[in-house]
Amino acid sequence: MTPTRRSTALLTLALLFTLAFSAGCARPSDSVDAASGASQRAIQNKGSDTMVNLALAWAEAYRAQQPDVAIAVTGGGSGTGIAALINGTVDIANASREMKDGEIEQARAKGIEPVEHLVAIDALAIIVNPANPVDRLTIDQLADIFTGRITNWQELGGDDALIILVSRETNSGTHVYFLDEVVRKGDSSIKDIFAPQTMLMPSSVGITSEIQRNPHAIGYDGLGYVTEHEKLIAVARDAASTYVLPSVQSGADGSYPIARGLYMYTAGEPTGSIADFIAWIVGPAGQQIVADLGFVPLPQE
Amino acid sequence: MTTVQTPPPGAPSRRLGEVIIEALIVLAGASTVIIVALIFIFLLREGINTFLDIPLRQLFGQRWYPIEGYFGLLPLLVGTALVTVGAVLIAVPLGIIAAIYLGEIAPTWLREILKPLIEVLAGIPSIVLGFLGWVALAPIIQNLGAPTGLTAFTGSLLLAYMALPTIISISEDALYAVPKEYRDGSLAIGATQWQTIWRVVLPAARSGLVIAVMLGIGRVIGETMAVLLVTGNAANIPAFGPGMFFSPVRTMTATIAAEMGEVAQGSLHYNVLFGIGLILFLITFTVNWLAARLVGGNGARRSRGGLL
Repeated sequence: MTPTRRSTALLTLALLFTLAFSAGCARPSDSVDAASGASQRAIQNKGSDTMVNLALAWAEAYRAQQPDVAIAVTGGGSGTGIAALINGTVDIANASREMKDGEIEQARAKGIEPVEHLVAIDALAIIVNPANPVDRLTIDQLADIFTGRITNWQELGGDDALIILVSRETNSGTHVYFLDEVVRKGDSSIKDIFAPQTMLMPSSVGITSEIQRNPHAIGYDGLGYVTEHEKLIAVARDAASTYVLPSVQSGADGSYPIARGLYMYTAGEPTGSIADFIAWIVGPAGQQIVADLGFVPLPQE
Repeated sequence: MTTVQTPPPGAPSRRLGEVIIEALIVLAGASTVIIVALIFIFLLREGINTFLDIPLRQLFGQRWYPIEGYFGLLPLLVGTALVTVGAVLIAVPLGIIAAIYLGEIAPTWLREILKPLIEVLAGIPSIVLGFLGWVALAPIIQNLGAPTGLTAFTGSLLLAYMALPTIISISEDALYAVPKEYRDGSLAIGATQWQTIWRVVLPAARSGLVIAVMLGIGRVIGETMAVLLVTGNAANIPAFGPGMFFSPVRTMTATIAAEMGEVAQGSLHYNVLFGIGLILFLITFTVNWLAARLVGGNGARRSRGGLL
C-alpha cells in the first residue's frame, strides 16, 4: 500500500465513522421508549406548577407505602399537563383550573374521555412587598389594578408610585383562574384582560422574587408558596363585605373570596395502581399532606 | 479533452476511493444547505396559517394575549427591536475598541492572556448569564431608578456581553488580516499611531468588521433563555423616548419559549408561534444578506481570503 492510498483509506474510514456516529445518535431515544414500555408501573404525572410540590410530596409518601409503584412528577403548567393528557403522554394531568370545553373536545377527538378528580383546594393569595402600606383591597379594586384602570398606589392609599403588575404566564392555571375570578370578577360577560404592562413570570419563584425586591409590585400566588418575605393582602368581595386574609381556615369555610379547586385528570376512569393512588390522595393520608404544604384539604365526609 | 495519462499502478481502486470521498464531502457540504431548506419548509408549513387565518390588521395590533385570541405581534417586534438595538449600541463600540486594543496596541504577552479569556466568555451558557442577570443585575438596574429591574435594558446589557466575544474575535482577525505594509507606509509618511488606526487600518478591515457586527446581531436576535429571565415578559409597547429601554418588554424568542409548552398541536396559537419563528428566520436571513451586500463582492472575497 502506498502512503497516498493509506491516507485515502484512513480518511474514508474517518468519514464513515462520522456518519455511523451521527446515525447512532438517534438510538438512545428508541431505547428509552422501549424501557418505559417495559415498566408499566411508572405513573406519569404532569401539569400545574402550583401543584408540583404537592404532587411530589404525594408521590414520595405513596412510594414509601407502595415501593413497587413509581410516580414521575413534572410541572410545566396546567395547560401543559392537559395538552400532554390530550396527546396521550401522561397518565395523570394536574390542573389548578377546570378543563375548558375546547380542551375536552380536543381530547374526545383523540378518543380520550377526561375524568376529573378534585384533590385539594387552594386559596390564591394577593401579595405585595412588606414595605407597601396598603393591606386590604376589594375584588373591584384588584380588577381595576390588573386591567390598568388604576396605575398609581396613591389611588389606593399607598405611596405615589407606579404599580408594577406581576402575573404567571398564560399557560398557568393560576393565571386563567385569576383572569376569570378577579380580572373579570367571575362574570363571563366581562371581556377585560390583563393590562399590557403586566409582567408574565415563568415560575412562582419569578413572582415572589420580584415582590420581595420591588416595593411597588403586586402579584398573586398559591397560598402554599407565600413566605414571610411577602405581605398578604386581605380581600373583600365588595366594599360592604369584611376583608379576609387567606388561610387554610378561611379557604375551607369559603369566607376568603379567591379560593379554587385543584384537580387531577385521567384518561377515562382510572384503574389499577392509578385508581389506588388517587383514592389514597383524597383519603386522610393524602389530605394531611395538603394541609402540611399550606393548601386547603378537602372536607372529609 | 483528449490528453491521455498513463494510469499509475493500482489506479482503478484509488479512483473509486476518490469518488467515495468526493461524494461524502459533497454530502457534508450540502447537508447544511438541505437542513436550512428543510427548516424553512417546516416553519412555512406550520406557520403559514398565521398569515392566512389572521387579518393583517390584527397581526399588527397592539395586544398579544393569545389565550383570548389577541394575536397582535407589534409588542413582540418592538420588544425584540428594543433589546437588540440596545445590545448593539453597547456591544459594537465596546467590541471594536477591544479588538483595536488587542490587535494594534496591547503587547503580545498581554494579548496572549486576554484572547483566551474573552473566548471563555463565549462558552458560558446563556441560561447561566440569564440567571446571573436576574439575581445580580436586575436589582442594580432597579436601584438606578427604573420602576423594576426586569427591563429591555437589562436584557440588552446581558446580550451585549454574550455578543462581545464574537464581535471581538472576528474584528481582531479582520484587523490582523490588514497587511503590515499599510501600517508601515502610514507611519513612514508621518501619521501618528491613532491616525494610522483610524484612517488606514479600520477602513482596510471594514468588510471584516461588518461581518463581526452582523454575526453579533444574529447572536443577539436569536437569544432566548437570558431574555426570558430578565426582560420582564410584558407584551407592552413602551412610550417612545429614552425611558422605553427601562420598561419591561417581551421578545419574540421568549414568547415562543414560554408558550410552546402549553399549546395544543395544530391550534391557531401553535401556528402563530411558528409564524413568529418564520419572522425571526426572515430577520436573520435579511441581516446576513445585508452583511453580504454591505461588504460588497470584492471586499468580501479579499477579507474572506485573509480570514478563513
